[in-house]
Amino acid sequence: MLLLVRDLGGIAILFIMPLLLLIVITLVQDSTFKTISDIKIPVLLVDNDKGEVSKNIIENLSESNSFEILQKSSEEEAKEAVFSGKYQLAIVIPENLSASLQKKVDQNVEGILSKFGLEEDTLAVAKETIPQKEVRLYFDPATQVSFKSSVKNGIDKMISKIETQSIYKAFQTELGEDDAEPIFETENFIAFKEILPTKNNEEIIPNSAQHNVPAWTLFAIFFIIVPLSINLLKEKNQGTFVRLRTTPVSYATVLGGKTIVYLAVCLVQFTLMLLVGIFLFPAIGLPGVDVSGKLPMLYLVAFFSGLAAIGLGLLIGTVAKTQEQAAPFGATSVVILAALGGVWVPVFVMPKFMQFVSKISPMNWGLEAFYDVFLRNVGFVKILPEISLLLLFFLTTIVIAIIYNRRKNAV
Amino acid sequence: MIEINKLSKKYNGAEYFSVKNLDLKVEEGEIYGLLGPNGAGKTTLISMLTSLLKPTSGAFTINGLNFKDHKNQLKQLIGIVPQEYALYPTLTAFENLEYFGSMYGIKGEILKESINSHLEIMGLSKFANKKTDTFSGGMKRRVNLIAGILHQPKVLFLDEPTVGVDVQSKNVIIDHLKLLNKQGTTIVYTSHHLNEAEFFCTHVAIIDRGEIIVKGVPSELIKNQPEAKNLEEVFLAKTGKALRDHA
Repeated sequence: MLLLVRDLGGIAILFIMPLLLLIVITLVQDSTFKTISDIKIPVLLVDNDKGEVSKNIIENLSESNSFEILQKSSEEEAKEAVFSGKYQLAIVIPENLSASLQKKVDQNVEGILSKFGLEEDTLAVAKETIPQKEVRLYFDPATQVSFKSSVKNGIDKMISKIETQSIYKAFQTELGEDDAEPIFETENFIAFKEILPTKNNEEIIPNSAQHNVPAWTLFAIFFIIVPLSINLLKEKNQGTFVRLRTTPVSYATVLGGKTIVYLAVCLVQFTLMLLVGIFLFPAIGLPGVDVSGKLPMLYLVAFFSGLAAIGLGLLIGTVAKTQEQAAPFGATSVVILAALGGVWVPVFVMPKFMQFVSKISPMNWGLEAFYDVFLRNVGFVKILPEISLLLLFFLTTIVIAIIYNRRKNAV
Repeated sequence: MIEINKLSKKYNGAEYFSVKNLDLKVEEGEIYGLLGPNGAGKTTLISMLTSLLKPTSGAFTINGLNFKDHKNQLKQLIGIVPQEYALYPTLTAFENLEYFGSMYGIKGEILKESINSHLEIMGLSKFANKKTDTFSGGMKRRVNLIAGILHQPKVLFLDEPTVGVDVQSKNVIIDHLKLLNKQGTTIVYTSHHLNEAEFFCTHVAIIDRGEIIVKGVPSELIKNQPEAKNLEEVFLAKTGKALRDHA
């Protein structure tokens, strides 16, 4: 403990950097969790139609509150601006889109009505071929696939709605009804509603803080691997480990002492991160973390996650021969475990094989246990499998470290 | 006290044995010097005797005990002062000694008194609460020595305890070792300082290429070596003048 306390710079980095990481990541990700975002993505729009449909599209995009529409006169100009990375997206509405859509809808409606014998002169008129129209989308090549997909889906949905409304309108006109008194309900009949978990009859609405605090706290807890393994290597290099080996104290006791100290560090770190989530986040405009009634369970998960991280750190420190081996290996292990565990990308979007691999990542067990407590509002029994796995991981790594040390230093 | 029988050590991938079929007997109360050129096998021998290295073959006992069957008993019985400064640089001298002392089960006032007494003898009392990374080489050597003797070992192994220190520090260290020896501690030590060994050791063994070339009481070895006036001349006569650089 004294060794840690004496290295004030080191301890500051150990505690402050994860806090900074948590704040920055939550700030960055906050907008993706908001239903009504404060941030508008600038979108270039080339309106070659200048009709009812393009007017509708512009209105819908503006109403979505996600986009800021910037009109451009030329497609080439818009294309260049997007492909050079100045803008994320450009939408080009083709010429005569409104007129063509109207013609197509009218043609279809007339065809249907004639089948019912409601249209008299249709058969006499030759059916005009109306070419298909396409709304062109240009994306910045650096745009993420997920963003592209959601924009494409949104625009597709919007165009479908416009088409449907046009069809209803055409029917109304053909049937000779007054446009001012709609006979068709154009709103969606089937709606959907997200049912959220409740606590005391109140819905628990997930926000960026509820997701980020557990994920990045876990990431920080596992980063203890790096200083811990370096600490063991330092002991080997400065000769103190040699002296310890000549004392009657067993290696298990030495590891036990380090486990207690570093576990205390993990729990202090966890407390600081919770405090940031509870008090600092609301102060800087981020959603706060609700821990009411969850603290004992949260500390339980942090305790076992800390044990798993420490076990791995002690194993790396035991096996590695130099700090140059331990530090990069430890750091990359944490990043790999975080990636596998679903800290960055949710496990359910991973390929099947990676989903299986993620199940053997201790960070996944910790993250699931944190989500269980934070977001799913479950009881102790539900997190028992996850914390048992974390404990088992700790015991396994410690046993391997002791056996390795015994074999290496057997006399 | 120490009985070594046909002890050998060959490191993985090494061409030669670092210690080869070595027989040695150290009696209780002796100060036994293991002398030899670089790479002779002195540190390897001490490492095996202190459980830091596994012998390739052969056996040894200390006070009739071996590490296989009486590991903890033996560890309590022996003390080691390694060649490196085996100290935590960010801890004070007192904190270092308190930590290492506690590893032998010494606690509370007894430990405190023992540390203070040794620091006093070694002239380090006023630096007790200073971090060891601010210490000179000589001061670190003295703290290093105290860390090995706090639990009052029966046998003390020292690997080059006076290397790189000034004459004053060397004298304090040697005087303290003599005092410990008078109090009943058997000492086994390696050194390059042949002059120091000649006057400090009751017995010496000159080791070269892992084998003992000659052993005995220093004065007798000098007497038995024609034209030798001191231990250094005996050493050179037995080991030759060729450099022993190796990698």
